[in-house]
Amino acid sequence: MSEAITERTLTEQLRDLSSGEYSSRDLTEAYLQRIEYSSGINAFITVSAEQAIKAADRADERRAAGETAPLLGAPIAHKDIFCEKGVRTSAGSKMLDNFISPYDATVVSKLRDAGAVSIGKTNMDEFAMGSSNEASFYGPVKNPWNTERVPGGSSGGSAAAVAASLCSAATGTDTGGSIRQPAAFCGITGLKPTYGRISRWGMIAYASSLDQAGPMARCAEDCALLLTHMAGPDQRDSTSSSEAIEDYSIALKSGISGMKIGICREFMEGLDSDVAAILDNCRTVLSDLGAEFREVSLPNSHLAIPAYYVIAPAECSANLSRYDGVRFGYRCEGPENLEDLYKRSRSESFGREVKNRIMVGAFALSAGYYDAYYRKAQQIRRLIKQDFEQVLGEVDMILGPTTPGPAFRLGEKVDDAKSMYLQDIYTISANLAGLPALSMPAGFTEAMPIGAQLIGNYFCEAKILKAAHQYQQVTDWHKKKPVVEKAS
Amino acid sequence: MTNEIAVTEEVVSNVAELAQLRVAEEDLEILTAGMNNILELANQMQSIDTSGVTPVSNPLDATQRLRTDEVTETDQHELYQSIAPETEGGLYLVPRVVE
Repeated sequence: MSEAITERTLTEQLRDLSSGEYSSRDLTEAYLQRIEYSSGINAFITVSAEQAIKAADRADERRAAGETAPLLGAPIAHKDIFCEKGVRTSAGSKMLDNFISPYDATVVSKLRDAGAVSIGKTNMDEFAMGSSNEASFYGPVKNPWNTERVPGGSSGGSAAAVAASLCSAATGTDTGGSIRQPAAFCGITGLKPTYGRISRWGMIAYASSLDQAGPMARCAEDCALLLTHMAGPDQRDSTSSSEAIEDYSIALKSGISGMKIGICREFMEGLDSDVAAILDNCRTVLSDLGAEFREVSLPNSHLAIPAYYVIAPAECSANLSRYDGVRFGYRCEGPENLEDLYKRSRSESFGREVKNRIMVGAFALSAGYYDAYYRKAQQIRRLIKQDFEQVLGEVDMILGPTTPGPAFRLGEKVDDAKSMYLQDIYTISANLAGLPALSMPAGFTEAMPIGAQLIGNYFCEAKILKAAHQYQQVTDWHKKKPVVEKAS
Repeated sequence: MTNEIAVTEEVVSNVAELAQLRVAEEDLEILTAGMNNILELANQMQSIDTSGVTPVSNPLDATQRLRTDEVTETDQHELYQSIAPETEGGLYLVPRVVE
């Protein structure tokens, strides 16, 4: 094998493990070494070296005993928003810096049951609120393609880890673009499934009507494999869907001839010319594979950001009220009374962006403003959802940009919240509507990767994964890898 | 409601109370500006006529699923309290509320 084992895709690694090319322990140790070598990227908050090696050994023993499991012995990383029993789960916050989870998230236990080995927890914007990973208590993640640039957020650690070959796949969460935007910035493939496709149990809540977990990996084939083992109903999440799960890997194989793809007029207006040229190439490739294109319109898409920045903060202010310094997490020193305990524990441990969003949310839900903000935003959400329902009645999916441009520089937008929020302009509407959407590498500008986004209809993950997989059979953008230098 | 909803430092102080956050006097101005920045974005919605539009509370318009009222969880309070800042006799300790 000419390439390093750490650079193989998840699907290739499982094939290699099965044929005895190398062991899970070999692979896990190779990743652990690489994580140490590349620690300057700051992709991980916690590396579970000892636990991972034990799990890898167990996987090797099981394989030697003739047992099989779909992900047996494959090392993966989890965004540090998923609770993992006995492991610190911080959500990138000082509030949970001391939180050793007493239980597993459903996503964590499902992937473990499928045989995966957890090698650690990846860095993220605090409580998933951010688009650059600069809002982490553990410091910013660096983009492996250029360490002066951001990896995107909030699942920036997961995206950077996959791009830098610190793991072949990782979990992420997406509330307004937090899987797709970092996937685009780091040149990997990431899928936000339909709302409710994957259980949110044990996934630290930000905005519960928008939050959705999903896979991040080198290619659509790996995302399909992971989704198959992450999806499904869960008694512990009443919003999880009982809609039938497909074997997404099998669904990839057929062609896309005759598939109807919409190009959204509003997404193309004023789009950066480099990104537009990349999308045009992507469209040509998909056309050559037999897809049929037509122009479509989502007339209310310009209202997605305003609606999101009311709904998400409102839900965040409710969800984050549980952090009170009483039952778990950070408690301030020497509280004078109960109120002082609540207020100081929260104020001393939440970062600036989290406090801003809690405040905006508390305001939007307060007496006298609820109708003008929260209710209004949920009505706008209906208009956005209806636009999509109409368009997706005519086409199978929509092709568009994932981000307005390539990864920006560290520090460039950190003091300009509005400019940071506009990074999510193309991703947020899929969250508001609850639709599945995927970002795949489609080209480069300024020596940085650019992603193309496919938005599909409810529970049609198989279709967008198939289109991405077929695209990746005839292109090699997803195979490009950054050269990562040793941490000094 | 007009397009010009902007919050004052007084409103921000009140909201901080609701959100159980302590805001230092010197941070009030910057926090007010930060909130107004977000609200300026949000105010773009105000000009849209949404009369008669049903709000979305679940993106799949799903209703809450009910389950049989049976005990399925085991008692793990010792495990869960092992990560608490302060406990005593199975209870969470906080500063005295009633003298």
